[in-house]
Amino acid sequence: MYSINVLCIFDKSIMYKPIIYRLAKDFDVLFNVLEAKIFPKLEGRIILELRGEREAVDRSIRYLEEEGVRVEVLADKIRRDEERCVHCGACTTVCRVDALTIERATMEVKFHPDRCVACGLCKLACPVKAMSGNSIDIE
Amino acid sequence: MNTLEIKKSYEEINGRIKKGDAVIVTAEEMPSIVTDLGVKKAFQKVDVVTTGTFGTMCSSGSFINIGHTKPRMKASRVWLNGVEAYGGVAAVDCYIGATQVQDDDPLNKVYPGRFLYGGGHVIEDLVAGREVRLQAKGYGTDCYPLREYDRVITIADLKNAILFNPRNSYQNYNCAVNGSKKTIYTYMGILKPDIANATYSSAGQLSPLFNDPFFWTIGCGTKIFLAGAAGAVAWHGTQHNPHVQRGENGIPREGGGTIAVVGDMKEMDPAFIRGASITGYGCSLMVGIGIPIPILNEELAYFTGQSDSDIFCQVIDYGKDYPTGEGEPLCETSYAELKSGFIEVAGGRIPASPLSSYPVARKIALTLKEWIRQGFTLGAPQVPMPTEDFRGTVR
Repeated sequence: MYSINVLCIFDKSIMYKPIIYRLAKDFDVLFNVLEAKIFPKLEGRIILELRGEREAVDRSIRYLEEEGVRVEVLADKIRRDEERCVHCGACTTVCRVDALTIERATMEVKFHPDRCVACGLCKLACPVKAMSGNSIDIE
Repeated sequence: MNTLEIKKSYEEINGRIKKGDAVIVTAEEMPSIVTDLGVKKAFQKVDVVTTGTFGTMCSSGSFINIGHTKPRMKASRVWLNGVEAYGGVAAVDCYIGATQVQDDDPLNKVYPGRFLYGGGHVIEDLVAGREVRLQAKGYGTDCYPLREYDRVITIADLKNAILFNPRNSYQNYNCAVNGSKKTIYTYMGILKPDIANATYSSAGQLSPLFNDPFFWTIGCGTKIFLAGAAGAVAWHGTQHNPHVQRGENGIPREGGGTIAVVGDMKEMDPAFIRGASITGYGCSLMVGIGIPIPILNEELAYFTGQSDSDIFCQVIDYGKDYPTGEGEPLCETSYAELKSGFIEVAGGRIPASPLSSYPVARKIALTLKEWIRQGFTLGAPQVPMPTEDFRGTVR
């Protein structure tokens, strides 16, 4: 089964509209809420893991976009600047989903974007600003 | 130093370096050599062990001479990219400290503060050859009439940029946890409540002062690798304390020794010196240091042969005991355990993450090995550091 983590941004005109339940009802896509935040009078942000047939997931994303939701695929969102990263490891225990791990033989920090849920904690933990990209928090 | 027995002299080692047949290994390679050959044969075989560390070292900064302006100026207040440098030295000298933040930094007003740019970043930008805005103010004297100066410069425009760090390369350091009920943002990184994670900051077996625990070969005048350039130990560092709890192998189980280091920023490499932003805490500087240890006797072969499982540190509660300055360590842990990724604290198994870079530390030790292969020689320290006697025995 195909799975993808997405950040959905609902601007204030649609932030209280019921949209997400349709993913399961109309598209047969399993969604798992990984993180959600409401910024009153501004926007709502939710991180979803979408699971299902590849085509169904793609169609469900198109539906979200038609409803005015900004959908960002997280694997493309949080980035590591390889030049800046010094492999100190400070990011590794704050990462909740093992998207940043240490390879014990070399003690190098490995980044697995596919596991990332864009919680943004690595950006707070990184002393050399090697991590960047959109997360659940508004910059 | 009167306890130091030299069985293989500096001259002998330097002679081999010059001839190109010195045996040089890193402190990561040495433990298996000592295990395989025993201390005696390892001493006979190995001439130099190279070490390395790369971590956040707040007690760092740079003496800068901006060169005389026309007309001349007594620059009593100086800013580099909006970060104030201490101007209370001679006319165009100043000292920029790694932890100084920009004048308009919001600090922790919006908690936790991000501390995006400070003295450490100025030092990184200068070393990397980037442009930096230099502003200065003077009060005007008969000999130094100019009152204001504002120019974009690079390190090439500066008369001198000398890194001078009063306390670097701590011999050992705490492992930090948080026993309080809320997440805390410390100089030891982000610590989750209820002792849910641990952080530590040492290269362990590769770290310079673990490999010469009584400072027999490290002191004022010792030539070192400092941020990619050849620098020197200037003195023992602030808070240097040889009288600490040690293991039977002589290696400190807590803080211990420190060194002050000096080097020319114009020769440094930005890969080994980085500005640091520590969320909720402040700005700092990541510094790379490597020290060659001449294997003058069997004891030094023994010390350099100690590995992460022989080196211990104290686990401290940064949620309560550290900030109040009271309380006792929760327990001890070895660097081997820390590097496995999990440690045992208060009956629980928690993830441990490093804050200093072991890969860069290794790269420094390997670079220094290459330097020595190419003729970088070793010398006896000119002024010894305060120390105590080694009372253990070499096994």
